[in-house]
Amino acid sequence: MQICKVVGTVVSTQKNRKLEGAKLLLVQPLTLDGHARGVALIAVDSVGAGVGERVLVVIEGKAAGDALGRKAAAVDAAVVGIIDSVDYRDVE
Amino acid sequence: MNLARVIGEVVSTVKDPNLVGTKLLVLQPIAASGEDTGRTLVALDSVGAGVGEQVFFVRGREAAFPFYPAEPPTDASIVGIVDHWDMGSDLDFPFREK
Repeated sequence: MQICKVVGTVVSTQKNRKLEGAKLLLVQPLTLDGHARGVALIAVDSVGAGVGERVLVVIEGKAAGDALGRKAAAVDAAVVGIIDSVDYRDVE
Repeated sequence: MNLARVIGEVVSTVKDPNLVGTKLLVLQPIAASGEDTGRTLVALDSVGAGVGEQVFFVRGREAAFPFYPAEPPTDASIVGIVDHWDMGSDLDFPFREK
């Protein structure tokens, strides 16, 4: 799973049937110290996350489909948790 | 999934039987800022997208799911046409807890 920040929402009227009703979020992967890493991707939301929150994102198809609760859905990323805090220690 | 612009079409006559009847489009992935990012790729279309449109696409094994019960050998498929996307006002990095 990746730590990401929700940076936006995506609106799509014409989409795959299995994605109907799904909330699409733009999420920006973060480094542990909170900096942006790589480009933002689109993830389906299964936990009710909002813009500005730090979230846990699975970037793998099976897990993302499970999170959405639909079998064989064409998704490859899903928000599966809202992060309260992350504690880590730099290991030299 | 990622955002992309449809920038072209691919025509292929001789191909895997499971790809017959599918539409092959050339995609340029774009960042949330709207700028091009990364390499172009070819994806199958499952929503009726066309050149010039902004779309989102799925990668990996799940790319075959929109065509169920057919199982085309693809690693990328367009699954939605993007009307628009909204960026939050809160775009400062690094992330800080409130």
